Amino acid sequence: MNNIKHRRQKRILTIVNAALVLAIFVAVFIAEQVLPQTSMLFVVLKKGSIYALIAVSMNLLNGFTGLFSLGQAGFMLIGAYVYGIFTIPEEFRQSVYQYFDGGLIHFTVPIVIALVMAGAAAAIFAALIGLPVLRLKSDYLAIATLGFAEILRALFQWKIIGPVTNGSNLLRKFPNFNDFNIKNADGQVVLYLSTLVPFIVAGVCILLIVLLIRSSYGRAFRAIRDDEIAAEAMGVNLFKHKQLAFVISSFFAGVGGALLAMYQMAIQANAFTSAMTYEILLIVVIGGLGSVTGSCFGSFLFIAASEWWLRGLDSGAFLGINAPGVFRAGFRKVVFAVIIMAVVLFYRKGIMGDSEFSAKRIAERFRRIFMKRKSKIEAVDSIDN
Amino acid sequence: MANKNTVLAIDNLTMKFGGVTAIDDLSLHVDEGEIVALIGPNGAGKTTAFNVITGVYEATSGLVSFDGSPIQKGVTPDKITKLGIARTFQNIRIFGSMTVLENILVAKHMRTKQNVFTATFRLSRAEERRVRREAEELLDDQGLLQMKDETASSLPYGLQRHLEIARALATDPKVILLDEPAAGMNPQETLELAAFVKRIREKHGLTVFIIEHHMDLVMQISDRIYVLDFGKLIANGTPKQIQTNKKVIDAYLGSIEEDELEETADVKS
Repeated sequence: MNNIKHRRQKRILTIVNAALVLAIFVAVFIAEQVLPQTSMLFVVLKKGSIYALIAVSMNLLNGFTGLFSLGQAGFMLIGAYVYGIFTIPEEFRQSVYQYFDGGLIHFTVPIVIALVMAGAAAAIFAALIGLPVLRLKSDYLAIATLGFAEILRALFQWKIIGPVTNGSNLLRKFPNFNDFNIKNADGQVVLYLSTLVPFIVAGVCILLIVLLIRSSYGRAFRAIRDDEIAAEAMGVNLFKHKQLAFVISSFFAGVGGALLAMYQMAIQANAFTSAMTYEILLIVVIGGLGSVTGSCFGSFLFIAASEWWLRGLDSGAFLGINAPGVFRAGFRKVVFAVIIMAVVLFYRKGIMGDSEFSAKRIAERFRRIFMKRKSKIEAVDSIDN
Repeated sequence: MANKNTVLAIDNLTMKFGGVTAIDDLSLHVDEGEIVALIGPNGAGKTTAFNVITGVYEATSGLVSFDGSPIQKGVTPDKITKLGIARTFQNIRIFGSMTVLENILVAKHMRTKQNVFTATFRLSRAEERRVRREAEELLDDQGLLQMKDETASSLPYGLQRHLEIARALATDPKVILLDEPAAGMNPQETLELAAFVKRIREKHGLTVFIIEHHMDLVMQISDRIYVLDFGKLIANGTPKQIQTNKKVIDAYLGSIEEDELEETADVKS
């Protein structure tokens, strides 16, 4: 009896959660049709959704499996390059690969397949370096993964493999988000989808990660995070599960890298620095290690702050204050550093800690407020009596 | 006992850490359905013996065999658990941030048939449901069912010990190694634990190998007792034999009474 009620309640909460997510997607779709395309909002939404995916993939590893890896930029790089290399239309190859005689590869694959290939390439690379790297613990693992990411960055600019990677030159002219807009015969856009598509792709990927985390395998990951020795004693094969988490995380980092390539419209290996990994780590920490919704909030907040709200700090005027002497290039980073320190000092566990923002949580919050009021009323009643 | 199959056997086991010999030429066996205790003063090598059996340490020399076949060197702890040897820890090692139910489900993970795809895409729902039901039954047995959704670290100490035992049982073991299950329990709880250990033996057809310092408990539940001192086996036999063994009294049982006297003295001062 109780069980049935419980199950029904759970189903309702799931529906509410799904409705909330759907509402966000609908809002994005409407905003895109109504607001001018140049609005900063779309920069935030596009880049934010990409970073959200990468942050969640990093959280899977750092927050849920307890493996402190800093290789994210490297896997993004692989994803971005694989996407770019296999999607540049044949007619542009000559101009893109101008120093390498049009390059080596002369075919293109559909975007969806290229995205999967991007993830798969990153995953394969992760599987290879996982063999030696995952035997290391904590800081050593971080250093080793960081090292591999830096090696990749140098490797992809190597002239010898230039016919494939275009050396240290830009890869460009591959399909980007604007190609998702539906145009009529005159070339006028009738339906804007350039923000909704990355949202959907990132959303689907994050949903997959959430499903994984909430499965038997996700529980094994979290057990490893909580206590490696106990997890092993309970029959969890440590290496296999760490490897699995590492490969899956890298897959989605690769997909994220491909999306980032689409957003930037051009890629160059030198841009995938360890600073990029730190940005993502920052998002994960601000959002809360072990919270998927935290990583998502953190991502949009971070992108909005760095790309939009705090822009004025670099360009002379901020919040209506005009002080070009103070607000000049670089000041934004100073303010940002202060904000980050404040977050780390006062919200040590991030915005969400390790809990999730969900209908259940809201319901519980309300119930608690309601219960408190009820108990207060009862207390007053008993005094009256 | 009707059935005298040896489930767990240790032959001439030696474990050295650098120059220190933690276990010196230890041989013992645990037969099916028995409750066997391993006792001895602190630092005698009891937990080390457990760690060698479960593959945490690799023995310097000697052999551990399970169900008649030797366990190869270098086999990882998870494989040994899969064979059917489960354990609890001296200092509790539950998965603190996970719920009580999830703790049990982790132990069930290795026996499930799902792979990462069927698990992610929810293609093995029937199995997941069965595993959950079994886990809840185990919790019910331990009186932990009402707390199944609580965070494990929020449980009181005694219940955390029970959770650890439930988690070990969830791996479907033939032998369970209990490392000081009564540590930190009051006399009443210790008494209940004795009954409980016997009950799980009956219910799950288990063989129990236990390390314990509470002599009342040990004498009450054990079929046989092994006594370790400085890594060497100094005695073995039934509780009666052990209680009257001069060597054991000198090395261990005597000292316990002194300890207890000191403890009461501490409380008074």
